[in-house]
Amino acid sequence: MTLSTVESIEGEEGDFTVTVKEAPRYVDMDKCIACGTCAEKCPAKTVDDFNEGLAKRKAIYVPYAQAVPLKYAIDADRCIYFKKGKCKACEKFCPTDAIKFDDTEKTHTLNVGSVIVTAGFQTFDPARLDNYQYAKLKNVITSMELERLLSAGGPTGGHVTRPSDGAEPKKIAWLQCVGSRDLNRCDNEYCSSVCCMYAIKESVIAKEHLGADFEPTIFFMDMRTHGKDFERYYNRAKAQGVRFIRSRVHTIYEIDESGTLTLSYVTEEGERIEETFDMAVLSVGMEASGSAVELAQTLGIELNSHKFVKTDDFTPVAASRPGIYVAGVLQGTKDIPQSVMEASAAACSAGSLLSAARGSKVQEKSFPAEKPLADQEPRVGVFVCNCGINIGGIADVPAVVEYAKGLPNVTHVEENLFSCSQDTQDNMVEVIKEHGLNRIVVAACTPRTHEPLFQETIRNAGLNPYLFDMANIRNQCTWVHSNDKERATEKAKGLVRMSVAKASLLEPIPDMSVDVDKSALVIGGGVAGMTAALNLADQGFPVTLLERSDKLGGAARDVRKSVHGQDVATFLDAAVNRINTHDNITALLNAEITHAGGFVGNFETEVRVNGELQTIQHGAVVIATGGQASTTEEYLYGKHPAVTRWHDLEHEPDMVKEADSVVFIQCVGSRDDERPYCSRICCTASVSQAIWMKEQNPDINVYILYRDMRTYGDREILYKKARELGVIFIRYSLDRKPVVKEAGKGLTVTVFDPVLQKDLEIDADCVNLATAIVPADNTRLAEFYKLPLNEDKFFMEAHAKLRPVDFASDGIFLCGIAHYPKSLDENIAQAQAAAGRAATVLARDVIAISPLVSQVDAEKCIGCGLCEEVCPFGAILLEEVEGKGYRAKNISASCKGCGLCASTCPQEAIDMLHFRQTQILAAIKAVA
Amino acid sequence: MSEFEPKILAFLCNWCAYAGADLAGVSRLQYPSNLRTVRVMCSGRVDPAFIIDAFQEGCDGVLVAG
Repeated sequence: MTLSTVESIEGEEGDFTVTVKEAPRYVDMDKCIACGTCAEKCPAKTVDDFNEGLAKRKAIYVPYAQAVPLKYAIDADRCIYFKKGKCKACEKFCPTDAIKFDDTEKTHTLNVGSVIVTAGFQTFDPARLDNYQYAKLKNVITSMELERLLSAGGPTGGHVTRPSDGAEPKKIAWLQCVGSRDLNRCDNEYCSSVCCMYAIKESVIAKEHLGADFEPTIFFMDMRTHGKDFERYYNRAKAQGVRFIRSRVHTIYEIDESGTLTLSYVTEEGERIEETFDMAVLSVGMEASGSAVELAQTLGIELNSHKFVKTDDFTPVAASRPGIYVAGVLQGTKDIPQSVMEASAAACSAGSLLSAARGSKVQEKSFPAEKPLADQEPRVGVFVCNCGINIGGIADVPAVVEYAKGLPNVTHVEENLFSCSQDTQDNMVEVIKEHGLNRIVVAACTPRTHEPLFQETIRNAGLNPYLFDMANIRNQCTWVHSNDKERATEKAKGLVRMSVAKASLLEPIPDMSVDVDKSALVIGGGVAGMTAALNLADQGFPVTLLERSDKLGGAARDVRKSVHGQDVATFLDAAVNRINTHDNITALLNAEITHAGGFVGNFETEVRVNGELQTIQHGAVVIATGGQASTTEEYLYGKHPAVTRWHDLEHEPDMVKEADSVVFIQCVGSRDDERPYCSRICCTASVSQAIWMKEQNPDINVYILYRDMRTYGDREILYKKARELGVIFIRYSLDRKPVVKEAGKGLTVTVFDPVLQKDLEIDADCVNLATAIVPADNTRLAEFYKLPLNEDKFFMEAHAKLRPVDFASDGIFLCGIAHYPKSLDENIAQAQAAAGRAATVLARDVIAISPLVSQVDAEKCIGCGLCEEVCPFGAILLEEVEGKGYRAKNISASCKGCGLCASTCPQEAIDMLHFRQTQILAAIKAVA
Repeated sequence: MSEFEPKILAFLCNWCAYAGADLAGVSRLQYPSNLRTVRVMCSGRVDPAFIIDAFQEGCDGVLVAG
């Protein structure tokens, strides 16, 4: 439901009544084919918000080319007809009569069991900052505006130009923390978590666009690249010539009429510098949207002091009103991977409650029985679409139809105004039956949007859905050659010829599905594993939870408080108790996996528990093997009793009871050559410990020696609190690390202070090290389930942003520190996400799998194993065949149909269904 | 004699390059029409033999995008 807002939510968890107001679109979604003719003809221009006001759009519009649903809408405030009572150009030119000027606002009442809120955020408006002159100076733009300038689909087609004169900039400055970490000029004291990374990304992309001479400079306070693989990206940007300056620019002014800017700033050494730039980009932060308070009132949920939705560290996606869940920046600043994880976590939480009702509203479609093809000669039917004027207005469709009639195997050809309209579909079914067609080609738009529709149509005519091919004569022909009608027609004929050639060789492919063992295996008994197990068990799925050690709890046992100060031990005890008493959970301690195999819905894992082997059958796997703080040989650790790790101190807080002075050292073993990643949690952990020490004993001297304070999000408040309590922060650099020396019972720490520009010597009763967080040894597990590890030995998810808890292989999911170091609340959200994703497998009795898989000819196979080596999904394996050695075997349920194996096989023993070598070669042959 | 115009065959990955070619259409970008496309489910499907075949069939250039 688009254009909709929630009016009210009545009732309670499990039984909400939601009133939704849907504003009129003035366009019939069923009729609109998004051809764009309406916008072309519309005379009313207005500001294009999606392009940050850098371009114009029409009053009838789609926000951007990839919008979902791709349907036009009329902006009634800008439409001439609505303002003056006449125009209706869109209605006149719309080829499908989709315009509905009499559309009205509708009210819908929904009965739902739970609610997920993902209402997002707004970016900070820098117009109010007088020192940056955003409102006045043309060449001072926001990072969002630069995003549009960098985009190939943006107003300049991806060519970065200066707003003042259209010149190509040679120097751009990015200014970090605009509207973040700032109580002087705005009210956003928190860190926005994402701006450091997006500024680096923009600078790198701008350099790619503008060439080697381009000089990007980023002015920052602390570089916060705390996400997975972000530190590497930062290092790479430095190597590629992005200049990083640790300073806050205080003033921007124009030096001449061309709009060139001067930025004045003070370096760390105290030198005042005035430097000229062509453009300045303000890295604006995130804040709660203006409607957040109203929304919270409507939903009956609480907000925190920053107007983000209030949640608890142990239930990170649950809003204060039971049954309402939240994901994304509405809850607090965060990046895309974290938002996507929370979204899956919210879906999982919402689904737990509703598991009893699962599937109760599903209606299954039925189709007539397929007619056997036997050895019939191909009888190809070709349907050529005009798509209104989108194809027919450019290519000569009747000529294409005539041409198609003369192609080999073609029995019948028709021309349609709109092949996708319901009446054409019905007619197509009749035509197929009438002419006994057994292969169908539709020459129209793109199979990526319309293939499923036509496949369903031919199924209704009793044909197997794979006896179908599409010739893309709109998106890849008339739309891109609209200036040359003759050649567009020529190309359309060529594309139809190739499609018919391929279609003639198509064969029916039966549907494939696998039964699902509706139980899960969760590997790792830490917080992530326990959370995933409990969530799956609560949804009714039997779970086996494996823990290598003799007790549950994992690395969380080394932590006393969560980020927002909640007691971890109490939470752990409750979780362990629930695990031990849950009817659906079998927890196996001292467990070690000795062998594993299988595929989605059907895994088999062999486990040794206390010396005895047992085999577990399961339909899904959640990997939550965790990690721990590494040890170190630096800074006298292990050699002097007063040198600790922060985890040691969590267990023995009394160690600092009598101390007068404590020195923390950050990044011990992180962000260096050996481990070029940030451990993410240590800055916050050290700051929290420092606050605790100061609260216990205000007279204690606490020093934190750091490289960049990475207290992202609202963790920044802890950093601020620590400074207010008198904790002293001293920055050091990797090439000038602190030196710790023994001094009697205590220690002396020497560190170079970049502000004072000299060495400081600090007496310490305790030196507390924030050692790197490292993953468990996952080498064998990765081999068993054929899963990838990254360079730092963390598991590698299917997609960093879009699929952060999935593996490329179906049925296997990932959460916790095994993915990357993260705090308890983040671990819990990710574990709920993994459980939610696993539930999508386990909720089904059978899983339909794409039958477009590889096929091995065992007679040709020589068992070389190249296919197994190249398959990214573990979907083709060597199997011992008696008397023949090894032969490749396809695991259809795991196969994605990519065809790597087929193109690699030296024997041509592997072919791909629906993309057979003969079929592709036929298309190639038809090119000429 | 008319100017030589190469005949180009593109193998496009269904998930990225083919979608990109579709988007070029949605965005109405214009490019020369002497290109024909074959959709594959992954550029990894493109057997070197397909490329040789394309040249043998008279193509002057082959683009594998994925």
